[in-house]
Amino acid sequence: MTLRGLATLGALLACGTHSVLAADAGGAPIQFQRDIRPLLSNHCYQCHGPDQETREADLRLDTREGLFGETASGSPAIAPGKPADSEVLRRITAEHADERMPPAAANKPLSDGQIDLLRRWVEQGADYHEHWSYAAPVRAEPPAAGTGESPHPVDRFIRARLASEGLEPAPPADPVTLARRLALDLTGLPPPPATVARYAADPSAANYAALVDELLASPHFGERLAIYWLDLVRYADSCGYHSDVERPIWPYRDYVINAFSSNLPFDQFTREQLAGDLLPDPTLAQRIASGYNRLNKTTEEGGAQEGEYLAKSAADRVRTTAGVWLAATLGCAECHDHKFDPYTTRDFYSFAAFFADVQDQGVYKAANHDPVVLLPSAEQSARLAELTARRQELDSQLATLDAADAETRKSLESELKDLKKEQTQFEASIPRSMVSVSVPPRETRILPRGNWLDASGELVEPRLPGFLPAAAGDSAPAAETARLTRLDLANWLTAPEHPLTARVFVNRLWKLYFGAGLAKNLDDFGAQGELPSHPELLDWLAVEFRESGWNVKQIVRLLVTSATYQQASVPTPEQLRRDPQNRLLARQARWRLDAEMVRDQALAASGLLVRTIGGPSVKPYQPEGYWEFLNFPKRTWKPDSGDAQHRRGLYTHWQRTFLHPSLLAFDAPSREECTAERAPSNTPKSALALLNDPSFVECARALAARLLREAPGDDRSRIAWAWRECTSRDPHDDELGVLGELLAHNRERYAADADAATSLAQVGETRWPDDLPAPELAAWTAVARAILNVHECVARN
Amino acid sequence: MRAQPQPTATDCLSRRAFLGRTSLGLGAASLASLLSGGSSPALAGNSSVGIAPAIGGLPHFAPRAKRVIFLCMAGGPSHFETFDPKPGLAAMHGRPIPESFTAGQPIAQLQGQKLVCQAPLFNFRKWGESGLEITEELPEIGGVADHLCIVRSLHTDQINHDPAHTVMNTGTSISGRPSMGSWILYGLGSEADNYPGFVVSTSTSKDGRNPQPIATRQWHSGFLPSRYQGVAFSSHGDPVHYLSSPAGVTRQQQQELIGAVQKLDGLRNQALANPEVDTRIAQYEMAFRMQTSVPELMDIADEPQHVLDLYGAKGADGSFAYNCLLARRMAERGVRFIQLYHRDWDHHNDLAKFFRICARDCDRPTAGLIRDLNQRGMLDDTLIVWGGEFGRTPMAQTNKGGVGRDHHMRAFSMFLAGGGIRGGMTYGATDEIGYHAVENRVHVNDLHATLLHQLGIDHKRLVYRYQGRDFRLTDVTGEVVRPILA
Repeated sequence: MTLRGLATLGALLACGTHSVLAADAGGAPIQFQRDIRPLLSNHCYQCHGPDQETREADLRLDTREGLFGETASGSPAIAPGKPADSEVLRRITAEHADERMPPAAANKPLSDGQIDLLRRWVEQGADYHEHWSYAAPVRAEPPAAGTGESPHPVDRFIRARLASEGLEPAPPADPVTLARRLALDLTGLPPPPATVARYAADPSAANYAALVDELLASPHFGERLAIYWLDLVRYADSCGYHSDVERPIWPYRDYVINAFSSNLPFDQFTREQLAGDLLPDPTLAQRIASGYNRLNKTTEEGGAQEGEYLAKSAADRVRTTAGVWLAATLGCAECHDHKFDPYTTRDFYSFAAFFADVQDQGVYKAANHDPVVLLPSAEQSARLAELTARRQELDSQLATLDAADAETRKSLESELKDLKKEQTQFEASIPRSMVSVSVPPRETRILPRGNWLDASGELVEPRLPGFLPAAAGDSAPAAETARLTRLDLANWLTAPEHPLTARVFVNRLWKLYFGAGLAKNLDDFGAQGELPSHPELLDWLAVEFRESGWNVKQIVRLLVTSATYQQASVPTPEQLRRDPQNRLLARQARWRLDAEMVRDQALAASGLLVRTIGGPSVKPYQPEGYWEFLNFPKRTWKPDSGDAQHRRGLYTHWQRTFLHPSLLAFDAPSREECTAERAPSNTPKSALALLNDPSFVECARALAARLLREAPGDDRSRIAWAWRECTSRDPHDDELGVLGELLAHNRERYAADADAATSLAQVGETRWPDDLPAPELAAWTAVARAILNVHECVARN
Repeated sequence: MRAQPQPTATDCLSRRAFLGRTSLGLGAASLASLLSGGSSPALAGNSSVGIAPAIGGLPHFAPRAKRVIFLCMAGGPSHFETFDPKPGLAAMHGRPIPESFTAGQPIAQLQGQKLVCQAPLFNFRKWGESGLEITEELPEIGGVADHLCIVRSLHTDQINHDPAHTVMNTGTSISGRPSMGSWILYGLGSEADNYPGFVVSTSTSKDGRNPQPIATRQWHSGFLPSRYQGVAFSSHGDPVHYLSSPAGVTRQQQQELIGAVQKLDGLRNQALANPEVDTRIAQYEMAFRMQTSVPELMDIADEPQHVLDLYGAKGADGSFAYNCLLARRMAERGVRFIQLYHRDWDHHNDLAKFFRICARDCDRPTAGLIRDLNQRGMLDDTLIVWGGEFGRTPMAQTNKGGVGRDHHMRAFSMFLAGGGIRGGMTYGATDEIGYHAVENRVHVNDLHATLLHQLGIDHKRLVYRYQGRDFRLTDVTGEVVRPILA
């Protein structure tokens, strides 16, 4: 949830204010999609919506037929232009409690404002549209740009709307802020001060474009987008249930990084993850990508039942896949038809059936995560070849051996036995990744109320949700009679006529660069989700994305080169009053960085950051005893040393049941479920982590040491140097004053207590340089800690 | 991604800042959130208040309890050896269990085994004036029987530990939902100055059987803002992660450093007036106070010997006894929801032996906590809940050593005490062999509804909009168990 979040229309009306997105309380035309459907959905669909089981009075208000058809009373539910003849209006205003809708027990009363809205909608002719996200996006011509206005299509949509609301766009951000914003958004790392200085010296459009290109080409671009994607697909290094044992699937994480860095088209990215193993002659990367289907939680708990956990995994895959590509809450249809959207329980289980061929176990045993692919290094491959060759040699010697030569036979057999053992052990040491392997599909039944023990439900085959357009042309399944496969599912998702995939993804990209989605509910494009603030822009971008060949970098470039992106993020009082949630984009947004990037900032500024891309997950320092309550088996966290200790946050070993406390303190999710948006918090826990976690203290010490070596001049210019390293900008005088005083006091203190200075200088495993006096280093460490704790250092503005 | 009909954490600081501490309804709070820009996931802006409630209008009615202490006997204590005497099962000892009980039922570790009835291993006796029947093996708990309401008809949805714990804490086995402590904090906030409002501590017997892993998911805030997450207190090193200042940094230095950070944030924010930054400044204050207040809380040197004896506490050793004593200290300091796990109740084999180990470590501290709270007049407004995530089978499990019992979800016992619950009573019943809860059945959702009710919360009205739907701790069910209310 974004905490910039706006209350829903209902609450807004209830409290007497109104959203800039909603119809005015006056006579403004009411739009069904924006004003009416959300209201009907929230207050009526529970009993008069898609779920057949709980539908009352055989009345549904989620379809055209239902809304305008005759009700049991004889009058139509809604009679366009005739409020008096509309049964719905009669019932929502009925005096008598027995008649009044919604019933009190539903606990969803309509406010006077909402009732008035419905009445005016009927008066105005009750216009009706199908739900916005279920019809394929159509590219509208962007509104014309005036003379001297930005011709950029994004700006034309955004600014036309601002103009109609009488709001002015913010001025461009200053070049320092902009260079930092861009670097953080595209790579998750702060820009090198030299880059900032270079751009600030000549912030021309051409130089800006060059900076964008440089960052898009950075190997860290993929890391930044991977942080987001890994939340969606719930990537983690442990199985999640009970013993929460480690699982080998980090190569999938590297696949994602590489896919974004190499700009793999998103449709191919989709196919490879859902069905990499089903592609013709799949490459190793495609097989690793198919590990997507293995990211669900699994158990090794004694007494767990195979069937139960296969059912849990099936449901988990449906929830996640629907969340990732459709922004649909299909998980709601596990036990009953969806209450708000047209997904049926049959849709849920038919969707689950797509994954029924993925080789799987309900209950895994003793760290066997098959099927996996082995990923030997060149050396390991050579050794494997050697072992295999020697075995073949022995086999052939044995085969041709004289029967009488018992002595030699015994010796050869003994060697062979040892060799096999060695090979098994050696293979166990080779990195591997869990992958999808297609096997004859497990039976999939509709489970009544989701109950896996109830086998009375109908058998289902893979089938796409019926109310969404079927795939056609190249995306259509090969043969109509054959059982649909995961590849068919992927092809359907990326078919040109698919209404959701492109919209869902560009909306999430928008969120990454503007702080909130155009459609605010990143994980719900259904009836309960808020209508997009700029539906035509969202559709334009979705079509552009698809027609670009699902070119992710092209869309990112498009977004960040808009004037809208480059605006200042400092709100004016007028903007705060008129559009507190910034839904109209008259300014840029400001936010605290994600957990992993909070770590990255400190590492980058300190110079400790090891910029290697990929590899096994790593273990930074973690409080001792944190894993005390893990069991089966008991484990201890052994912090890595050397390069592995100073890797970017996204490589931190992701233990679902005991996520690293520093990540947890900054709201990283456990990745048990698909997460489209992290809920940011602001708690003492994050303050304590940033202040006292040895990782951050070590970074402060390293930054201090860098300063003492690299920064020229007096204390003041050295403080300014450190400030720039961390925030990209020059400090103001008052800021220098605060830090100068802190330095002076700490100098005094550490001059008087060299042992304390030495203790502080020894936090972390990196050695402090012997030639730097501990008291001076410790005093500067205090300054560095203060700067690393400043909000601006971990914020994107 | 989530539309919210009600203001949430977002609005706490702003609501307080704008509207003072008056408890205003929904509309006013929403308005405040809009006025403020609504971007601040605030903990208390007012530094003298632990955590402000996220929503107005609570409690819904006069509460009977101010706080909850939930004693989680992880692994699942056997109801046959604690609170549910079953002579009927004794009579069937050694005989195959009738299929009428087991047909179509899920089975855990006994999958594929012969299912044979196992007589209760211990004697029961009547305790207190009320004459509650409780095992002889929990004499201290027996000694406070007149405070207890034993519920014998609990049932749950999950037969394995991990998901059953998840049901016990969140009302469902689907992960990602908020735990009950988070819900309560979200609804009521916390009066704790300088302490988290929701604290979890865990203990392990030195010689118990296969201690249960206890995942952080059990106190997670799920889709609620993460400020409502429980804070786990550790018995090793820092009680709270990163609580100690770095080596070589004095308290005064740390204070000055935090002051510098606050000044720097404040300077920058003069022009921006970003409420998120204001909140952050308050959080640094709270963090610093916790650096002193939490060690003080954990230090029991000021507790007299007779109080230590009441709990059987030997010092700050991370034992259940120590944790129970801490629970009282937290209760005194206004912590809203306190959860203590003891990990050793999974008695698949040698039940008698391992049960006695758990009894040794949990019996006296549990009773001591009840007695101590009672003496201090705090039992009236402290609701204590004691029990596991499920019960155990009437069937013997013998494939792993001496006689034990397997996981069982169709019936189990818990007790409640204090907080407006009637003492000295039992509620609900199982069938003659303790397989199914049959009379006055209480689902975990009903337990939650009751718990919220005692805190003055209508469980149907404590909702949070997520993915387009109003979620509750009790999902779509839950009935308050009224007959047990005092």
